[in-house]
Amino acid sequence: MHELGIVVHISKTLEELAQENNITDIRRVTLQIGKVSGIVPEYLVDCWKYYKKKVPLIENSTLEYEWIEAITICDECEKTYDTIQYGRECPYCKSEHTVLFQGNECLIKEIEAE
Amino acid sequence: MYKIIEVKQSVFEDNNKDANKLREECKDKGVFLLNVMSSPGAGKTTTLSRTLERLKDTMRIGIMEADIDSDVDAKTISEYGIRTIQLHTGGMCHLDADMTRQGLHEMGMEDLDLAVLENVGNLVCPAEFDTGSTKNIAILSVPEGDDKPLKYPLMFQVCDVVLINKVDVLPYFDFDVEKCKENILYRNPNAKIFEVCAKTGEGIDDWCKWLENEVKAWKE
Repeated sequence: MHELGIVVHISKTLEELAQENNITDIRRVTLQIGKVSGIVPEYLVDCWKYYKKKVPLIENSTLEYEWIEAITICDECEKTYDTIQYGRECPYCKSEHTVLFQGNECLIKEIEAE
Repeated sequence: MYKIIEVKQSVFEDNNKDANKLREECKDKGVFLLNVMSSPGAGKTTTLSRTLERLKDTMRIGIMEADIDSDVDAKTISEYGIRTIQLHTGGMCHLDADMTRQGLHEMGMEDLDLAVLENVGNLVCPAEFDTGSTKNIAILSVPEGDDKPLKYPLMFQVCDVVLINKVDVLPYFDFDVEKCKENILYRNPNAKIFEVCAKTGEGIDDWCKWLENEVKAWKE
């Protein structure tokens, strides 16, 4: 369960953030998740529901997410394309020398808190 | 009054901080931490056994075996008379830097030259979490196929060394060693690649020499 590990780390980050900002009650956490990050958001939300009961700071919170599109750059023709649709092979020049530009992220975007 | 706070932080950032702290601690204490990753059954424990046979008389070694459950690997390794502890991840598919630090402290690291972390068998999750290791290695065995570096790019990107294991069975599989190396090096041009067979001992000397040199360099 990759997702449970991530939830634990989000919780730790938020606890630090709460100390710095004098926050005691987080109501919403919004993530940005890359489409090829390998993270399954539904699992993440399930893990959140399980784990938040253990941490008073987030026990009243919901976890929400936004997607980050996956974009690949071709090293040969330097064009960019949709990674999900075309995968590793550049649809323009058929090169396999391509590098993921974005879509691998998992960021905490913002929180709503008191 | 509820307010919105912009965070814009990677979920891995706190782990990365812990990992850098642990790397510093290891450097201060002269301990080289090797993180060994692979899919289940690629030969982590057997490769470690062969490595221990070569190195146990020239350096002080401790092994941490991480598994979701059981202690079969720790038993195998302890037969070499090496300090070993078994870490249970409690259902998690990987170890993070904090768990690794706890393991190291429990095992005792003060008098070690080389600490080895045998990570949970998995090509996905362990690559996401920096353990604080000095170097990472991945073991890829021939029956798994030469396309694994394409399917699990992050694992091969974060590795300093890839051991292609079980080369004794190459005649029976459609595994193209050159293609595999090309796939690894395109994602990670700095990767060192060794062809080995942990069972017969083929190639293990070259790998051990590399490791010995790295441990010496880290302690300087």
